[in-house]
Amino acid sequence: MSVNEKIVSDLVANKVEFVTTVPCKQLAGVIEKIDECKNIYHIPSNKEDEGMGLCAGAFMGGKRPAIIMQNTAIGVTINTLVTLTQYYRMPLPMLISYRGELGEPVACQVEMAVHTKALLAQLNIPTYHFHHEDDVNEFDAILKHTFMCNKPVAILTDASFWKGY
Amino acid sequence: MIRSDILRDIAPVIRDHLVVCNIGLPSQELHLIDDQPTNFYMLGTMGLSSSIGLGVALAQDKKVISIDGDGSVLTNFGTLPTIANNVAHNFILLIIDNGSYGSTGDQPTYAGKKTSLTAVALACGCEQVVECKAEDTKKALEDALASNKMTIIVSKCESGNIKVPVITMDPVVIRDRFMKQVKS
Ligand SMILES: [Mg+2]
Repeated sequence: MSVNEKIVSDLVANKVEFVTTVPCKQLAGVIEKIDECKNIYHIPSNKEDEGMGLCAGAFMGGKRPAIIMQNTAIGVTINTLVTLTQYYRMPLPMLISYRGELGEPVACQVEMAVHTKALLAQLNIPTYHFHHEDDVNEFDAILKHTFMCNKPVAILTDASFWKGY
Repeated sequence: MIRSDILRDIAPVIRDHLVVCNIGLPSQELHLIDDQPTNFYMLGTMGLSSSIGLGVALAQDKKVISIDGDGSVLTNFGTLPTIANNVAHNFILLIIDNGSYGSTGDQPTYAGKKTSLTAVALACGCEQVVECKAEDTKKALEDALASNKMTIIVSKCESGNIKVPVITMDPVVIRDRFMKQVKS
C-alpha cells in the first residue's frame, strides 16, 4: 500500500467523511486519492481558514472532518484555530505538508518552515512530524487521539517523507 | 429598517431551523431577541458564518440558515465559489447588507458603494440568488425554505445598531446544545 493509500484508508477506518484541502505540490497525490474515495466528501477550499470553518460545521453536523494544507497556512489560520476550533473544543486533524525542510528547492519556503513548530507549540497544538516513510504507521493512532481529545492536531509531513519535492 | 428590525421580523421563521449567526452584534441581537438552542453564535472568527453553515448543511439533512453580513462576506469572499460548487439544498445564506461594518462602528464597506454582492454571488455560480428590501426579508426566507433549493438572500437595509449585552454563554455550551438539536 502506498503512503497515499494508507493515509486515505486510515481516514476511512476512523470514519473521517469530510475532508477539505488547499493544494500543495507535495500533497497532490494524497489529494487525488481523497477525491477518488467514495467514503469521503472532498470539498476544496479557497483559503485554509475557510476550510476550518467548513470543518467546524461538518463536525457539528455529525461528520468527522480533516483538513489537508501546507505549513504556510499556519500563518493564515491562527485566529481561526484559537477562536473557533480551540475555543469551541472541536477536533481537527491537520495533515500538513512541511515545506522548507531538507530537499526544498524554493528558498522562500524556508522562511515559514523556521516558524512552523514554534507557532504550533505556542498554540499548544499536539504536533507530530513524519520524516521517514514508516512514520505513516502512526497516522491511525494520531486520528484516534485527535477525536478522543477534541483538539486540532498537526501532522507535519516533510519532503523526505514524501520521497522528494 | 436596521439589522435588529430584520432579526425581530424573521425570528418566528428561523426559530425552528438550525441557525449559524455571524460574530458580534448580529449574534448579540439574535441572542437578545430570541435565544434558541438551535442558534450557533459565533463569538470570534469574522467571516466564517457561511462556511460553518455550509459545513453543517452538507453533513446532515436539516435546514440550515447562515446569517451573515456584507462586511463578513467581503472578509471571506472565497466562500461564494465554494457554496456555488458544493450545492446543499438545505442551506440558505442570508446576507444582511447594511453597507457597513456594523459591529466595529459603522465604517462603510465596498458593498455599500460600487460592489454588488448579489452580482458577485451570481458570477460565482450560485443559482438561486435573491436581493430584497429589508421589509421583504421574512417573505424571501419563507420562499427560500419552501423552495427546497439552496438560496442566497441579500437583504439591503440601513446601518445602525441597538444597545445589546455581550453573550456570556460558554462556547462549549453553545456548541453542545446546538449539536443536541442537530441530533434530535
Ligand atoms: Mg454590515
